[in-house]
Amino acid sequence: MISDNDVAKIASLARLTLTPEESSRYAAELSRILEYVQQLDSYSVEGVEPLSHVHGASNVFREDTPTPSLPFEGEVSTNAPDKSGRFFRVPLIIE
Amino acid sequence: MSMEFESVIGLEVHVQLATETKIFCGSSTRFGGDPNEFIDPVTLGLPGALPVLNRRVVEFAIMLGKATKCEIRRFNRFARKHYFYPDLPKGYQISQFEEPICERGSLEVHFENAVRTVGIRRIHMEEDAGKNMHDTRTETSLIDLNRAGVPLLEIVSEPDLRTPAEASAYLRTLRQMVRFLGVSDGNMEEGSLRCDANISLRPVGELKFGTRTEIKNLNSFRFVERALEYEIARQTSLLRAGQKVVQETLLYDSAADVTRSMRGKEESSDYRYFPDPDLPPLIIEEGWVNQIVGSMPRLPDQWRKELTENYGLSNYDASVLLAESENVAFFQAVFDICQNAKAACNWVTSELFGYLHKNSLTLAHSPIKPADLGALIKLIDDEVLSGKMAKSVFEEMFATSQSPQEIIEKKGLKQIANPDEIQQLVTDTISKFSSQFDAYAQGNDRLHGFFVGEVMKLSRGAANPKLVNNAILDAVKKRRSS
Repeated sequence: MISDNDVAKIASLARLTLTPEESSRYAAELSRILEYVQQLDSYSVEGVEPLSHVHGASNVFREDTPTPSLPFEGEVSTNAPDKSGRFFRVPLIIE
Repeated sequence: MSMEFESVIGLEVHVQLATETKIFCGSSTRFGGDPNEFIDPVTLGLPGALPVLNRRVVEFAIMLGKATKCEIRRFNRFARKHYFYPDLPKGYQISQFEEPICERGSLEVHFENAVRTVGIRRIHMEEDAGKNMHDTRTETSLIDLNRAGVPLLEIVSEPDLRTPAEASAYLRTLRQMVRFLGVSDGNMEEGSLRCDANISLRPVGELKFGTRTEIKNLNSFRFVERALEYEIARQTSLLRAGQKVVQETLLYDSAADVTRSMRGKEESSDYRYFPDPDLPPLIIEEGWVNQIVGSMPRLPDQWRKELTENYGLSNYDASVLLAESENVAFFQAVFDICQNAKAACNWVTSELFGYLHKNSLTLAHSPIKPADLGALIKLIDDEVLSGKMAKSVFEEMFATSQSPQEIIEKKGLKQIANPDEIQQLVTDTISKFSSQFDAYAQGNDRLHGFFVGEVMKLSRGAANPKLVNNAILDAVKKRRSS
């Protein structure tokens, strides 16, 4: 079961502000998702290595050779919420 | 009775790698570009952009790992470390968590005429974040993502350091190591080498560690020492007063020379690491490691052995040359021409460093090229130039960047080493000071120096002093036996 406290913690880590209604709704929804995934508990995974990658690839590299960067002016800056000169601008992030 | 405490210090050092491109994409890592000049879909964390590992980063990690006697992990995965900050557009930093590429190594630190072995707990690869500039007036922060995705190695020491001076010596040795390997320029001012310190106190003789604090933002050797000294004093007075040290993260304020609490850092540090599915596993076979080890440049300790044992230099001279990798490379290039290690070391570390210092120049901008300095030393050893003449040629080389041969031609500075010419100078001097020579021949040996000086004066310093010396001795012997 996901408690209201768990939701509050996740929300704070994700920098989200939730209303009490949203909080209890998400607690219920997240609990249902976890219950669904919990079905996996019925299988024994004794001696099975946790799987992190489903494809068999390994050692995929690039060589250390520069490739062109994107120009800041144009698509990059127009898709950003705000800018100042050549900087992205965001609300102040220190107290 | 007041209790004596021992400090227990461990350092976490981040070095920026000297690659051309970022760790997971091809944008440049150059320092000092225009803001947001080196950005691309991966750096910006755009949806669908996929990271691809820079092979050179792995090679650099293996190099530093082997140089610090670490075990190299065969099966590696990258992990996502989640936190929200605008300098990290993806919302997570790609790092290594429980499976660092290098573990269980050590670094030998020369400190106060002894060698201390400091344990290396781990070295892992990760990406750097961008830079923020805060403007409290407009209540905004400005973000430059050029640094985001620049490759880093984080080197975590064991808590084996006991004093601030020892911690600083360890940091210098590590910087020397990365610079000799060429994996990083180790430039602390530009942030290529950054240091955090963990420090706790315990009563002398106690084995259990006390509660530690972590000091961030130690961006010079001096600040490492001063911040640790401040923190030792602060923790000591807390413990003496029967109070407890609170485990927390502190920021060193160099202007005020104090450490300050970074409140709020603790409760938010839940990074929810998990393996990054975008990056396939990295498998490091022994053959690859051996190949890298085979191509590694000589390490500072190997250089020290070579300089003291094979070149016959003192430990002190070796330390001066090893302070920077450029020094020893310059020395080697001088030596290759003149084959005289002691002279090469003296000319580089005394004369050249002195002139560079006076002119606020670094070795990289030396007006004298190593081959020319080697040629100058060879001219002395071949007795073409006297030591005194060589100094004036050196001055001219420094001022004009010309080769010693060019300067000698131009100034007609060649040393007189022809026996007939030397004999003529001696004969002329003896006839000029005949009564003094009589006195010398009759046994006043103290006059020998007078004659050497007069012959040198007559030749305007160009005569070979050794030949002059011998010619005068011969003349006296001849007179005495006649």
